[in-house]
Amino acid sequence: MNSIKHEMRRRKIKEFGSSVYHNKTALVGTIVLSFFVIVAIFGPMIIPFSTLDFGNPEDMLQAPNGEHWLGTDDMGRDILANLISGARVSLLIGFLATLISMGIGTLIGISSGYFGKAIDNILMRLTDFFLVIPWLPLMMVLAAILGTSIWNIIFVIGITSWAGTARVVRAQTLSVKERQFVERTVSLGSGSFHIMSKHILPNVFPLIFANTVLIAAAAILSETTLSFLGLGDPTRASWGMMLHYAFESGAASANAYWYYLPPGICVVLVVLSFALMGYAFDEIMNPKFKER
Amino acid sequence: MKLLEVKNLKTYFNISSGQVKAVDDVSFDLDYGESLGLVGESGCGKTTSALSIVQLLPKEGKIYGGEILLEGVNLAELNDGEMQKYRWNDISLVFQGAMNALNPVMRIGDQIAEAIVLHQKVSMKEALIKAGDILELVEMPRDRLMNYPHEFSGGMKQRVMIAMALACDPKIIIGDEPTTALDVMVQAQILNLIEKLRKEFNMGFILITHDLSILTETCDKIAIMYAGKIVEIAESEELFKKPVHPYTNKLIGCFPDMNGERKLKEGIEGAPPNMLELPSGCLFAPRCEFASDICHQSMPETVEVGPNHYVACHKWEEMINGQ
Repeated sequence: MNSIKHEMRRRKIKEFGSSVYHNKTALVGTIVLSFFVIVAIFGPMIIPFSTLDFGNPEDMLQAPNGEHWLGTDDMGRDILANLISGARVSLLIGFLATLISMGIGTLIGISSGYFGKAIDNILMRLTDFFLVIPWLPLMMVLAAILGTSIWNIIFVIGITSWAGTARVVRAQTLSVKERQFVERTVSLGSGSFHIMSKHILPNVFPLIFANTVLIAAAAILSETTLSFLGLGDPTRASWGMMLHYAFESGAASANAYWYYLPPGICVVLVVLSFALMGYAFDEIMNPKFKER
Repeated sequence: MKLLEVKNLKTYFNISSGQVKAVDDVSFDLDYGESLGLVGESGCGKTTSALSIVQLLPKEGKIYGGEILLEGVNLAELNDGEMQKYRWNDISLVFQGAMNALNPVMRIGDQIAEAIVLHQKVSMKEALIKAGDILELVEMPRDRLMNYPHEFSGGMKQRVMIAMALACDPKIIIGDEPTTALDVMVQAQILNLIEKLRKEFNMGFILITHDLSILTETCDKIAIMYAGKIVEIAESEELFKKPVHPYTNKLIGCFPDMNGERKLKEGIEGAPPNMLELPSGCLFAPRCEFASDICHQSMPETVEVGPNHYVACHKWEEMINGQ
């Protein structure tokens, strides 16, 4: 029986892989993102991070050359090494913040839709609050109060970005819980937790997944914004932190394009790849859009 | 002791515009291995009677009186937690639309096993093995446990629903229109299957339907319901050969006869009464061609007109003699 199960699973994965391959949008997004993930994971093996140490005064703000492919910053550090170590921090924050955001959004969305009445009202007013509150000032205040460490940044982004997900998940839960199979499970005597986790969650999952990818893009952008404003973790420089230092040292007016362009381009590429994947996955997973 | 005895069951719905007596003073019983058909027009209280037995009424509905005795235990007095022990272990349901009653993103094996795990102290693995056995019982190959509902046809989904009802070896199965939305051939297969299983396990079976034609073959007894009351109850053959209540007569008359004249059936004049403003007297009187003053004034008593044949009609003597 298990072999059948595994065979089915293998076939499903293969099928999914082939639809990703044939969907150009998904393919481009996946390739770009995989590239950055690989770079982030194997970063230190590609370029020794010792080049992150402060360099000699004569190495300051060098244009790209043979020794430093992307030039150096105002403290004589290699930009490429900075970029690779920044990829780690940016992606880590992006993924973990997304995880928190999806967790909260799904939990609140499903409980709100499933229980209804007072619980729904309380949870949705809370969601409305997070939905309408200007998120940037809120994040800044939170980050300033909690202090600058990447764990705080992750927490702050996660806690401020779940409202949209909660709304969407609630709407879908309202529709799923009225379906007859839920009634059947109730008559079987399953408890609320069982129904929510075993019956409703799998039914709203495609929605959550498509949302996750888009939230991840937003999380990385938020992180860049916070760091650029100087609320990032100074000990673990992300791309946003690089932009912050570049701005502070007047790289733009000094015409040191090699300092501020690479982190900016990287952020745009990662966010774009997430967005591409998000739309493409929606297309692949939603049978309504399936081309025959 | 009978397997199931329902005595003077009263289930009312409290809705904003008043109280609806969906099931009013209904009594019937069911023995081991016996099958009972509940027939009537839409909204006459068939489903509500069934849901009252397992206490799965919508929140507006409440049992206001009567007894539901399952092997002597009065289910009407139990609270939800206590009822949980009887549901599925003793009484299970086959739901109306199999297409909608299965979770589209769960394997059917998991769904059948779910029913077992929730009621018996077994591991998921044992439950899956049991689910496989049951699937073979409903004449489907065991390896289909790993399939999702969309990979089945309508008839097969209905078989899965029956398998699910059988999951905990119940004593009674209630089929709430288990064959609606299925074509005639599949309908026959499903009913034969239920018939076979019922005899094999000596289970009681309550079939709820508005299709009289399938009842004679499958049911030992038939109860005709009208506006929340049972107007006539008898053994199937007796009911078809010697219907007494005018409503039963009309209902049987609505089904075409194989050897009869080819013409459209006349149907029954009028519509069932508004459940919020029930007429005084016999509920069928406004539509009944034999109705006289007494019919409009007082509610008829249920009388035994033959062996195990009960009718609630003032004119029962005339009806029998008139035939």
